[in-house]
Amino acid sequence: MISLRGIAVTYPGPPPVHALRSVDLDLDSGQHVAIVGPSGSGKSTLLNVLGLLDRPTAGVYQIDGTDVSRLPESDRTGIRGSRIGFVFQAFHLMPYRTAWENVAVAQLYRGVPARARRAAAAAALDLVGLSHRRDALPTTLSGGERQRVAIARALVNRPALMLCDEPTGNLDSANAAAVLDLLDGLRSEGLTIVVITHDAVVAARAQRTLAIHDGVLSEAVSHG
Amino acid sequence: MADPVVRSRLRAVDLFAEATAGVVQRPGRSALTVLGTVLGIGAFVAILGLTSTAGGQIDRRFTTLSATEVTVTDVGVPASPDDTASSFPANAAERVRALNGVVNAGVWWPVPVRQPRITAAPPAAADSLAQTSGLSFHAADPGALEAMHPVVTSGRLFDDFHASRGEHVAVLGAAAAARLGVTRLDAAPAVFVEGLSYTVIGVFDDIQRHPELLLSVIVPTSTALTDYGPPLDPRASMLIETRVGAADLIAKQAPLALRPDAPGRFKISAPADPRTLRGDIAGDLNVLFLLLAAISLVIGAVGIANTTLVAVLERSGEIGLRRSLGARRRHVAAQFLTESTALGTLGGLMGTSIGVAVVVSVALSHQWTAVLNPWTALPAPLVGSAVGLLAGLYPALRASWIEPVEALRR
Ligand SMILES: Nc1ncnc2c1ncn2[C@@H]1O[C@H](COP(=O)(O)OP(=O)(O)O)[C@@H](O)[C@H]1O
Ligand SMILES: [Mg+2]
Repeated sequence: MISLRGIAVTYPGPPPVHALRSVDLDLDSGQHVAIVGPSGSGKSTLLNVLGLLDRPTAGVYQIDGTDVSRLPESDRTGIRGSRIGFVFQAFHLMPYRTAWENVAVAQLYRGVPARARRAAAAAALDLVGLSHRRDALPTTLSGGERQRVAIARALVNRPALMLCDEPTGNLDSANAAAVLDLLDGLRSEGLTIVVITHDAVVAARAQRTLAIHDGVLSEAVSHG
Repeated sequence: MADPVVRSRLRAVDLFAEATAGVVQRPGRSALTVLGTVLGIGAFVAILGLTSTAGGQIDRRFTTLSATEVTVTDVGVPASPDDTASSFPANAAERVRALNGVVNAGVWWPVPVRQPRITAAPPAAADSLAQTSGLSFHAADPGALEAMHPVVTSGRLFDDFHASRGEHVAVLGAAAAARLGVTRLDAAPAVFVEGLSYTVIGVFDDIQRHPELLLSVIVPTSTALTDYGPPLDPRASMLIETRVGAADLIAKQAPLALRPDAPGRFKISAPADPRTLRGDIAGDLNVLFLLLAAISLVIGAVGIANTTLVAVLERSGEIGLRRSLGARRRHVAAQFLTESTALGTLGGLMGTSIGVAVVVSVALSHQWTAVLNPWTALPAPLVGSAVGLLAGLYPALRASWIEPVEALRR
């Protein structure tokens, strides 16, 4: 489903920074992959390339056989909005909007009418177990609840690929476990999940763990 | 990819709803932001409304009295002060009344007696009686008297018949009658001026033009000419009442009709054109105040631009998020542009309401009719929108330049 061949990202200097060096990677549908590596190794850069937020300087990136690294920006934006969901360490919820509004904004740029957006947001909040906090403002939610709202927002468009950058980095272990359980449940529905993490516990939940070092990606231990 | 790429799009209603949410979610800040626009638009509407209200007031005064009044004053020949002859011909009233558009016309003057002794009884009997200083003594053509629109309470005014015969009759203003003790006319009372007696045939107690005549004894011009000679200082003048709209024309024609040989012996005062008068007021007041209003509008625009720019920087995380959710640069720009336009419109609406309220309350307190041109009041909120739109251009551009990768990195 996803295939990276010789992907490189070089930030022009001086001195030029080789954030990714010739990365090859194949991901199948329904895979749960963890990427581990020290700070500055290129994890976020890889995630940004996968999420079409950044263009690689070299290489070919195919989603379902289409080379998306060569598509015009408007097409890449369309694919990003419809096929990819993001979960960030910092949640990135809009502070003055309710939980359901924060979820519904994911369908804003797909032209879905307000009523349908609201229904889809309610369903997604139901899926993450937050239907009772539908009208709450993010400031009144716990960290774990905030991240579950963010996951609902990433899910509401039924994406093929979900990219999580340190999703439990701001959570205590109990809340982190709840979020990871939630992600485990989603995988069983065929969603491809890529999680960046520092945390061995988080990495251990994945089927497959990749290590990245100085922009070079390598296969680490394989779990079942 | 199996399905064709779905391009991102943002429906107009959703854009509007997002922008409104942006304005509403920080009500205190939004209110402060629009303050300058409120003041600017409010000042514009108030100034234009007050000007048209005051202008309407001037119009109304003009149509009632002044617009139908022309005064012709005898100035003689300034070059030869010895020429004391009256410039008005004997049939002056007749000549002017022949002009089309004249309703009433006649010559009148203060009779040339210094401090006339005016009494209600023959001087021999009345030396110590009625205190009558302060009364004046005037000569008037019947037409001049008619043109002043006196309200006769008893008796009648003298007419051409009295005038042609030079009869010793008089009409009294109510104040003069009261001082002289003239209350009833059925006994044909007389007043005595310098010993000459005049039969009182009428009393008026209100007069629309020259209200100072309420304190006067008025006799026909022919009578005054016989008894006291022609007026010298001041000379005579003629009062002409015209039909509405005819005053300017009559003012041009009257001197020629009176003295085709020497029209320069008269000075004419006709009503000012109400349009020029209103223009003057508008010119004097408005330039200054409209300038102030324009300055506060500019300040308003800067305020909106500043707040919107701060919001863009504050919400760069939100912008990055929206981009990750499929928003294109133009969607982000449109959202902030719509937000600033909504702020400007809000300021415009509030300013217009305040401006209208000011005009109405000023008009009410002066018992004027508030006059507000719909072409000033209706587009005023749109001026606010334009201010907001302009103010939002740069911040919206800045928002669209924000790179999602940068904005999402913490
Ligand atoms: N915009 C940029 N310009 C220059 N260097 C960058 C930029 N973004 C990231 N880098 C560099 O690229 C390398 C990889 O960064 P990143 O992918 O954020 O690492 P990680 O997420 O693993 O901590 C780092 O050395 C970082 O300093
Ligand atoms: Mg990182």
